[in-house]
Amino acid sequence: MAIPDPNTVPLRPGFASRMLNWSTWVVLVGLFVVSLQQTGFDVEALTSGSQDFVRFFRRLVPDWTALPQIWRPLLETLQIAYLATLMGTLLGLPLIFLASYNTTVNTPVMWVARSILTVLRSIPDLLYAAILAPILAPGPLPGVVALTIFTMAVLAKLASETVESIDPGPLEALRAVGAGRNRVIVYGVLPQIAATMTSFVLYIFEINVRASVVIGYVGAGGVGFLLLRYLNFFDWGGVAALIVVIFAVVLLIDLLSVWARSRLI
Amino acid sequence: MSAHISFHDVEVTYPGGLKALKGVTLDVSRGEFVVIVGLSGAGKSTLIRTVNNLVVPSRGDVRIEGASVTQAKGADLRRMRSDIGMIFQTFNLVRRSSVLRNVLAGRLGDVHPLRGLLGLFPKADVAYAHDCLRRVGIPEKAFVRADALSGGQQQRVGIARALAQKPSIMLADEPVASLDPPTSHAVLRDLKRIAREEGLTTLVNLHFIDMAREYADRIIGMRDGLIVFDGTADEATDQAFEDIYGRPIDESKDLRGDS
Repeated sequence: MAIPDPNTVPLRPGFASRMLNWSTWVVLVGLFVVSLQQTGFDVEALTSGSQDFVRFFRRLVPDWTALPQIWRPLLETLQIAYLATLMGTLLGLPLIFLASYNTTVNTPVMWVARSILTVLRSIPDLLYAAILAPILAPGPLPGVVALTIFTMAVLAKLASETVESIDPGPLEALRAVGAGRNRVIVYGVLPQIAATMTSFVLYIFEINVRASVVIGYVGAGGVGFLLLRYLNFFDWGGVAALIVVIFAVVLLIDLLSVWARSRLI
Repeated sequence: MSAHISFHDVEVTYPGGLKALKGVTLDVSRGEFVVIVGLSGAGKSTLIRTVNNLVVPSRGDVRIEGASVTQAKGADLRRMRSDIGMIFQTFNLVRRSSVLRNVLAGRLGDVHPLRGLLGLFPKADVAYAHDCLRRVGIPEKAFVRADALSGGQQQRVGIARALAQKPSIMLADEPVASLDPPTSHAVLRDLKRIAREEGLTTLVNLHFIDMAREYADRIIGMRDGLIVFDGTADEATDQAFEDIYGRPIDESKDLRGDS
């Protein structure tokens, strides 16, 4: 190899790429300013509203006599989240493998699977619940369906990247043994992704618990339903008690999930 | 006697246009221990992968006892593959699974697919897997995770997995390139002994000249996608190797050394 000339000057990035950098910042700042104006974001209104804020929070004294009413819908919320996580995972698994280039059947199937996932993912969970609640009659069922679809879509997105980044060596070895696609997946892919997948599923369960509170609001059962009722009847004591309980439960589940995930791998 | 494995004018062109094999014709007899030598990129790995159709030739075909593996599809191809064991440079074990499960994977081609999927191997298969581990000298490692083993032990698990297939052909792609010299010799000795005992037809890719001479019944030299040498270990002189490699022998790169 030739000895480099000590007077060599490193190449500067070209004019075009420097302009691209600048224009990116200009666009980002521009969007910020336009969004501020058009949403009518007003710092003064924020501060002048603080009077109402204080008054509102004064009323939020938990009325613990509401507790017997709360625990049943709360349990329902957790059940919705649990069912949806489990069913979404089971239904999502085949899609994950079909959507990953190294485990799919063939290229057209892969693109179909990827397209389905993209469409499913582009619709927010709250929208699913809002559409499904009137169709399936308000209650836990639309909640379960909405969050199942959400779980499938999110898990498939996260996991298919994991599947595509695994060590291809064992898969080649299993093909060489004469194993078909399903056996290659069970013996070669699953052991490599099991820990990461479990961590994803726990994380999605966390999200689902929170989401199932919110979707109750549009008639999809659980504790959100109750929250809506309390608010409609100006039952501030009930609202406060409910918020405290939800906070405690979500926090507990988050902690459990973090602990469980830290024990993996 | 007719050939066990025969290559008929095999060409492989990879997507992107790289021509890895440019017309290879070769017959290998039953029970032969063949070592294929050549520089990286000569087409050794490609050649042995055409035997189990992991690489599909773009022209020509490979036959095993007269039946084309190149043309085989689906269940037929899987049945043919289950008769061909393969070991790899990087071992290709499932690192998070136990040694036993890795070896049992070698039975997947023969066991009923559903039993395989559920991991419900017949007792005889489990016993045979333990037996294979005994044959490669690590019976006590059965329930250890594969990634807890040393390189030499992992390659022995690789051999045990291939052996569990009850194959008649054994392919080895640079089986000792990731191992130190003493371990390399030990692994190759095991491989050769087992090939003898089972009467396996064996194709091994190696790039070390001294090892090729020590273990091969027959040496095939490859250069640039073609066979440029075919002879016994005695016929593979230093001059022959310089022809295969297209350059003088470099002791530091081309010799592995003694155990």
